[in-house]
Amino acid sequence: MAELLKIKSEVEEFKKEYFYRNSQAEENRQREYQAANRIQSWFRASKVRAYLSHLHKKAIIIQRIWRGFTARARFRQMVKAAYFIMKMNFYEEMAVRIQKRWRGFFVRKYIHNYYARKSYLEGLSRKNELVRMELAELEELQKRERDCVEMVKEQTAKVYQAHRLHHLLSTKQCPGVFNSPFRPAPHEMELLLRQVKYQAPARLDPRGRACLMGMLGPTDHSFPGTLGSPWIKTTGTCSSKPILPPISSKKQQRNRKYAPPSEPQQQFLYSASLRQEL
Amino acid sequence: MSQRQIIQVFEQYQKSRFQFVQTVADLALRPQNIEILQNAGVMSLLRPLMLDVVPSIQQTAALALGRLADHSDDLAEAVVKEDILPQLVQSLASQNRFYKKAAAFVLRSVAKHSPELSQAVVACGGVDALVLCLEEFDPGVKEAAAWALGYIARHNASLSQSVVDAGAVPLLVLCLLEPEMALKRIAASTLSDISKHTPELSQTVVDVGAIAHLAQMILNPDAKLKRQVFSALSQISKHSVSLAEMVIEADIFPAAVACLKDPDDYVRKNVTTLMREVVKHTPELSQVIVNCGGMAAVIDYLGECRGNLRLPGIMMLGYVAAHSENLAMAVILSKGVPQLALCLSEEHEHHIKAATAWSIGQIGHHTPEHAKAVATSDLLTKLLELYMDASSSEDLQAKSKKALKSILQKCTYLPGLEPLLYDVPSNILKYVVCQFSKVLPNDSKARRLFVTSGGLKKVQEIDAEPGSSLQEHINAINSCFPEEIVRYYSPGYSEVLLERLENYQPA
Repeated sequence: MAELLKIKSEVEEFKKEYFYRNSQAEENRQREYQAANRIQSWFRASKVRAYLSHLHKKAIIIQRIWRGFTARARFRQMVKAAYFIMKMNFYEEMAVRIQKRWRGFFVRKYIHNYYARKSYLEGLSRKNELVRMELAELEELQKRERDCVEMVKEQTAKVYQAHRLHHLLSTKQCPGVFNSPFRPAPHEMELLLRQVKYQAPARLDPRGRACLMGMLGPTDHSFPGTLGSPWIKTTGTCSSKPILPPISSKKQQRNRKYAPPSEPQQQFLYSASLRQEL
Repeated sequence: MSQRQIIQVFEQYQKSRFQFVQTVADLALRPQNIEILQNAGVMSLLRPLMLDVVPSIQQTAALALGRLADHSDDLAEAVVKEDILPQLVQSLASQNRFYKKAAAFVLRSVAKHSPELSQAVVACGGVDALVLCLEEFDPGVKEAAAWALGYIARHNASLSQSVVDAGAVPLLVLCLLEPEMALKRIAASTLSDISKHTPELSQTVVDVGAIAHLAQMILNPDAKLKRQVFSALSQISKHSVSLAEMVIEADIFPAAVACLKDPDDYVRKNVTTLMREVVKHTPELSQVIVNCGGMAAVIDYLGECRGNLRLPGIMMLGYVAAHSENLAMAVILSKGVPQLALCLSEEHEHHIKAATAWSIGQIGHHTPEHAKAVATSDLLTKLLELYMDASSSEDLQAKSKKALKSILQKCTYLPGLEPLLYDVPSNILKYVVCQFSKVLPNDSKARRLFVTSGGLKKVQEIDAEPGSSLQEHINAINSCFPEEIVRYYSPGYSEVLLERLENYQPA
């Protein structure tokens, strides 16, 4: 019996304990629940973290390997490019050197050739000298020709004058105008007068005379052969109607266009006419 | 009255008309009679006589009218106003050759005075009638017609164009081939007058083949013909490069140089004008002329002639030298610079001096050698004198200043530059000093010479604004010399020394 009481009190005790323990457990349930939550969440998070870090590590490995690969490839490409550029620079520099030499040579030889210029200028001086000499000679020649023509003209004028002044020839009795006794030697006109043979003047046509007078006179009077133009020579009327020589006389007609006959011719004619008269 | 007496009256009238017209024609030869004749109303009296029955009276009346119109402007205008021209033009077609000559003479003397009168001649159909006359056989008629056309074409381009449009140019070229010398002269002169106005007119003349014929006549002995031929060729070649090249291709050049020794002044002047017109276009054309020795001949020509005749030669030298430095060196080698110096000193007219200054500038501005050649002939001082002279014309001053500047910028010949340090306006002085500052740093002998000749002293005396380029050059020069020398020559140094002497205490 005592044991039953003990057991009954133990049951009471047990019930109280049970109730106590349940109420304790009930009180602790929330705490324990939350703690279990926390523990579980922590654990799950660690799991996930471990997983993530594992993934990261693997990803890093992959990226590392890949980046190394592409960088090496790029680097190789860069090396190739740099090498190419270096080569090109080298070529260009060599080309510049070649072009420099060539252009200098070409310009000095063909475009700005110093020696060609020098020889050209020397040649030019020589040519100038030559031209100057030739021109001087030409001028000399022309001058001489002109002087010659002048002299011939003068001489023929003098001879013509001598013809016209034949009567001034000095005779034995009376010395002529050009042979003054006070002169040491006779004047040249006197000598000319002595040489020239007298010729009777040819019978001139009246128109011829007018033509002669017109030519010796100041200007043209006769129209229509001449105009105010100084260019056309004033032998208009004469050239339009040429004067025919008179048929009877054998002497030369003294027209201004023809030069007066030279002396040997004159003498021949004179002797011929003398012979004819004889 | 019997028949004979009546006819005698008419004959007497005719004789008196003829005598009147003859006398008027003779009187019209002298200028002093013209006014009296004009006041006596000769124009209105001559006009009906031109319609006279007798041909010789008509011709003499036309001749008298021509001589009157020739002398004075008012009479020519009177001829136009009195409507004589249409009548003349009509009769040009029909009458005999003497009348044609006289009528052409009247047209010429009217047209020569002014463009308006020429326009009046053109307006009444004168040009076509004259071109018809060019087809005649008689050389006198052709000459008168060609001369009249020449005077018409001389005034301006539109009148020349009307002459060309009437078809005168081929006929004129045919006239060139005729044997009569006077006709050739006039034809050449008319071609020259036609082609002088515009390139198109020259091209028309060239297209007919005038150049070949003109080129053949270059060595003709007649001086007046040569004048006109060279004048025509120069008028053709002055317009453009292609025309000048065509003239050169006719191979006139070595032969034309011989004409530079012709006794006639105007032949020589026209040859030089031709050379100038050819040379001014391109360096290649200048090269042709230089290579055949033309340069030497022109320089000798400059030595022989005086006055305005020198102008084309001087300009030719300038144009040749302007093209390139090779050609300028050719001019220098042909002894051009001493000749130009002579021209500058002998000539007094300003336009000739201006042309000479310009030519000298063209020669000297290429390289230092050229500038040295110019400086050794003492031309820099002369150019300076011309620039400074107050009585020089503006053109002369401007040209000599430009020439001086361009030569100075290349001149490194110091003895030539030294005289230019004294009495020079500052705008020229800065160039001179600039040249000194370029040469002195490199040449020790030049520095010595500079000091001993007093140049350094002069440079110190120059008053320049600080910071201007002149001051910079002066500083550059001063830095070539040791400081003591610079101080020694600076103005007022003796006073500074004396001051130091006064403050000096012997120890």
